Amino acid sequence: MKAEDFLERPWEEVEYESTFPWLLAWRARKKPGDVAFRWKRYGIWRRYTWKDYYERVVYAALALEEMGLGIGDTAAFITFNRPAWVIYEVGAHLLGAKTVGIYRDSLSDEVGYVLDRSDASIVLVEGQEQLDRVLDSGVDVEKIIVDEAKGLHQYRDMIGKKIVTFGDLMELGRKLAVKRGEGFVRRKLEDLEPDMVCGLFTTSGTTGPPKLAMLSFKSMLAMAYQLNQVDPVEEDWEYVSFLPTAWIGEQMMSISLHLLAGFRVNFPETPWTMWSDFREIAPHFLFSPPRVWERIAKDIMARVEDADLIKRLAFKIAYAIGMEAAKRRLVKGRSKPPLPWRALAYIAYWLALRAVLDKTGLKRVRRAYTGGAMIGEDYVLFYHAIGVNLKQIYGQTEVAGIAVVHPDDDVRPDTVGKPLPLTEVKIAEDGEILLRSPAVMKGYYGNEEATKKAFKDGWLRTGDVGVLTDDGHLKVLDRAKELIKLADGTVVAPQVIQNKLKFSPYIGEAAIIGSGKPYLVALLNIDFEIVSRWAERRRITFTSYSDLSQKPEVLQLLKREVRKVNSRLSEKERIKKFASLFKEFHPDDGEMTRTRKLRRAVIERRYAGLIEAMYRGEREYELTVPMKLEDGRIVEVTKRVSIVDVDEG
Amino acid sequence: MYYTLNPPATNFNEHLINPNWVHLVPHPQPSMEEAKVDMVWDKSSLYKRVWGMGERILWAEGLHLSFGGVRALDGVSIVIRKGELVGLIGPNGAGKTSLLNVISGIYRPERGRVYFKGKDITGMPPHERVKLGIARTFQHGEMFHGMTVLEAIMLRLHPWHRGSIIEAALWGFRAKRWEVEARERAEHIIDLLELQEYRHRPVGSLPPGIQKKVDLAAALVQDPEVILMDEPMAGLSREEKEDIIRAIIEVRETRGTTMVLVEHDLEVVSDICDRVIVMDRGRVIFDGHPEDAVRDEAVITAYIGG
Repeated sequence: MKAEDFLERPWEEVEYESTFPWLLAWRARKKPGDVAFRWKRYGIWRRYTWKDYYERVVYAALALEEMGLGIGDTAAFITFNRPAWVIYEVGAHLLGAKTVGIYRDSLSDEVGYVLDRSDASIVLVEGQEQLDRVLDSGVDVEKIIVDEAKGLHQYRDMIGKKIVTFGDLMELGRKLAVKRGEGFVRRKLEDLEPDMVCGLFTTSGTTGPPKLAMLSFKSMLAMAYQLNQVDPVEEDWEYVSFLPTAWIGEQMMSISLHLLAGFRVNFPETPWTMWSDFREIAPHFLFSPPRVWERIAKDIMARVEDADLIKRLAFKIAYAIGMEAAKRRLVKGRSKPPLPWRALAYIAYWLALRAVLDKTGLKRVRRAYTGGAMIGEDYVLFYHAIGVNLKQIYGQTEVAGIAVVHPDDDVRPDTVGKPLPLTEVKIAEDGEILLRSPAVMKGYYGNEEATKKAFKDGWLRTGDVGVLTDDGHLKVLDRAKELIKLADGTVVAPQVIQNKLKFSPYIGEAAIIGSGKPYLVALLNIDFEIVSRWAERRRITFTSYSDLSQKPEVLQLLKREVRKVNSRLSEKERIKKFASLFKEFHPDDGEMTRTRKLRRAVIERRYAGLIEAMYRGEREYELTVPMKLEDGRIVEVTKRVSIVDVDEG
Repeated sequence: MYYTLNPPATNFNEHLINPNWVHLVPHPQPSMEEAKVDMVWDKSSLYKRVWGMGERILWAEGLHLSFGGVRALDGVSIVIRKGELVGLIGPNGAGKTSLLNVISGIYRPERGRVYFKGKDITGMPPHERVKLGIARTFQHGEMFHGMTVLEAIMLRLHPWHRGSIIEAALWGFRAKRWEVEARERAEHIIDLLELQEYRHRPVGSLPPGIQKKVDLAAALVQDPEVILMDEPMAGLSREEKEDIIRAIIEVRETRGTTMVLVEHDLEVVSDICDRVIVMDRGRVIFDGHPEDAVRDEAVITAYIGG
């Protein structure tokens, strides 16, 4: 394809047969002055137009080429959501290189694992903390680019050699652009192919070390294209980029959908100011994993509890009305609720719920997606009751993020929606969900064996178990490997129960155990923020998380919550016993993935003694667990854990 | 090599932010055009060049001060050199804070003189000294607790305020421009010390560790050559202390600011200070390397009580 052509029409046959740099060059020419993104810096939202974005991508590409990056090489990044990240990533794409993201809270061994597996030669790091981890990882990369040049004095000797600041990268690129800007860009754009691998994405790795899925420009854009067909995004919509940059969900929003649909991406100032920045922007649409939705919902519930009587009452009434209207719309009959209910819901929205949404920054949300893990039905109803159009999506890294989504007028709490226009879904004989679409990955990087296992006659095997309803909605039960088979043969999907437990504001995380056992037990994490507020109101004194988690009052509270959940479950699915752990499940200890999904195998191994004791019927157990500190040291912690029998007393 | 850290003068980032922000007040002002920039990168030329490292910058000769019968300072002479981080230690009531107050102009000594860069500043009022480049933090964080962090920091730029009261009240052109510049400077310090999330919170509502950081930020915003810190780590937890130490080192490494640190904790002082001055009962009893201080007879006696 000639450079002149794609400035008019930057794709080959269909819209998604394109590349990110083509789309960027086209947007920069078509709408140079429109805002592409904003970044809160020094207290002000700074604007970057499409022209600024494009120019900086060219600078980055020129400088990266000077540092030795070329077609087929890998450029890694470990960073918070900042303009430098997208500029660096698309800059590497312009050179025909592929990028790989690493979660910014990864410890140095995980960083080393990904760097090593992906053959990365250049890394972009956010700041000194991530720089330390790259240097400690033992993997030798050629250049490390540091975005936030703070605290670097200890590396003074390496600066300008191995370590380069992002500002200097831009400066170098600008100098080179003066010499050979136009011709360079033209040549590079012409060298690109929609079918090139543009990124390696770590799979979530709930069952083993993460694999690297290879996605091409075409598959990334095919996914964005399909989503944009179902739910068109308008150019003046706002989006806040705050999810892990390494996650496919953030990549598809801030890079592929952004270039395809052209909305405005907003980058928060720091990870700590994220929620206030979010509220300032009040995005039109957002995509988050369930844990973010759980956090917002719990925050709303806790703040309502803290409010004065009148406000509390107003919310409760409005919420009850909203809930009834939502239930009529989503569950019972799934039609427009009758006029009186709609009128009541309208009044409730304007008098009470709108104010609540404003406080959380959700007031302008037109479409909210949840995906990446299963969400509890209760949360879907909760959000629809307060007036947020929360839709589930289903997909995985291997299909560039999304395969199935709820249509706007057909949201159901118990399904994950209908397949996207170009996506086919099939259920295999053993119940496994199979997918086929142009968005499917090319395979796992450097892992032929796993690639073979991932495909079955041209269909992608998802590893999830599900069913298709008669009218084409997909229901997902759980990961095939995660299903629990009780001693009498009953099969239980633990996620469904875990999500019901997690709907309680006091329960932060829950792991259901019971494979090969007569009944289910649960390991619980309290939600520290909310339980500590609850305890303070009741004048219960405590010193720390581990102290609070073992307080008899807290255990009583948890017991009540578990009973509530049990009353809505069938006999076999009920939880008979639980223990409140003195530490939270944490990715550093391998108990969760970096996207905060439980790794059941690790949990069952680490707490094996406690689980045994629960089934033996003991009241207390002295639990010893090794904990990894942030600097990589491992300490053993031993504490007493009480085991609570739910049906007792 | 293209990608070196120096020289700072031709840095790409610098011109995107504001070429003059470091010298915003004492030097010629940038035009409105220059000051209004919509795009920024992090400054990569962090290492501000400091000339004349090791020269005397601040010194006092034979300071005497007493309150009634109590001799707070009894013939104290000290020399602070450019670029140094000097620890000032001593038991309670040794006269450390009094010395700091004399240097920053809050007390006037009965006898003796204070010099800054060769100029006698003994009789100069505190706000004049601030303008010369001597800033200080306070032991108890003497800030207005109802003010937000941003206001508390910007307040310290007041000695440089241009325009009259009337102009400020009417929100005239110069007053507005000054406000914008002051905010910009404050924001750079907020960024340096990572106080963004507290920007609009009242100072009084913050944990003590953050309050101390705000106090340090308020002194730093004055872009001083010498900064006097009165027990910035007293009463803080270990993590909070480490946080402050990191901030101190960062400022010193990036701006070359000369620092005087009053501190109780000998361990902290010997870890980060180049030199230590030990005081006892209004006199200097030791002046030298921190490692020698712990072995010095007079210091041990003063600390353990003789």
